[in-house]
Amino acid sequence: MLPELGKYAAEVISAYGVSIAMLLALVVLTLRRGRRARATLRLAEQEAKRDG
Amino acid sequence: MSIWSYANPVKFLALSARVQPVLWGAAGGCVCLGLIWGFFGTPDDARQGSTVKIIYLHVPAALMAINAWFMMLVASLIWLIRRHHVSALAAKAAAPVGVVMTVIALVTGAIWGQPMWGTWWAWDPRLTSFLILFLFYLGYIALWEAVEDPDTAADLTSVLCLVGSVFAILSRYAVNFWNQGLHQGTSVPVATGGRTVADVFWYPLLISMVGFGLLFIAMVFYRTGTEISLRRAAALRARSDGKA
Repeated sequence: MLPELGKYAAEVISAYGVSIAMLLALVVLTLRRGRRARATLRLAEQEAKRDG
Repeated sequence: MSIWSYANPVKFLALSARVQPVLWGAAGGCVCLGLIWGFFGTPDDARQGSTVKIIYLHVPAALMAINAWFMMLVASLIWLIRRHHVSALAAKAAAPVGVVMTVIALVTGAIWGQPMWGTWWAWDPRLTSFLILFLFYLGYIALWEAVEDPDTAADLTSVLCLVGSVFAILSRYAVNFWNQGLHQGTSVPVATGGRTVADVFWYPLLISMVGFGLLFIAMVFYRTGTEISLRRAAALRARSDGKA
């Protein structure tokens, strides 16, 4: 349940909405890029091992 | 063990793997606690009404936007002086986190400023230096992407980081330097300790600031690991291509 925000409700909620969305997007993109990079490294290591 | 031993990527990654679970957990806990406490558990301010709740986002984000640049500055200096690749990659890894913090500070500042100052934006010294810091972040990231040779990119971005540090300092101290503009002075002066925030607002704000700081450190550790993986994969591919 939201607290009583009075006449500034739109400002407060939009500030929280935008900020939390940006933080979540940053974390998700960081983790996704990291997983891809680590998969790329595994593949490169396998190829390097195979090629001797 | 010397701190320089962590310039070795293997040792850095081992340290990173040990500390990251704690960092992510503590960061998530502090950010959630600080924001939930601030949003649901604090009263309105007598003059600012409920907009005071924006402080739990605006101040920690602004603090980390500036501190991220200082961390990049230290890492860049280590690269320029000692040529440790991990430090250059750590600076590169920190920049996108810093730019998001800067955008959050600018956006929440505009949203807060509109009802309090009657304007979304003013060419106030602190706001302007913060906007320039944001542009430096964009330039820094673009320069890393534009230069193909990683060592050259690290050199050029390190120099850019040194130049941009002027605006990071101005972002923090513009109010003291010029003593004009709409933006108030800092509510939490670290040097003097004489904060102007009442306890009821201060405790959730402090937790939120700690949370944003830990989140930054956790992400820099993780993203530096990502950059090391990409660099190593590229080196392996280049070696394979050289043999073929």
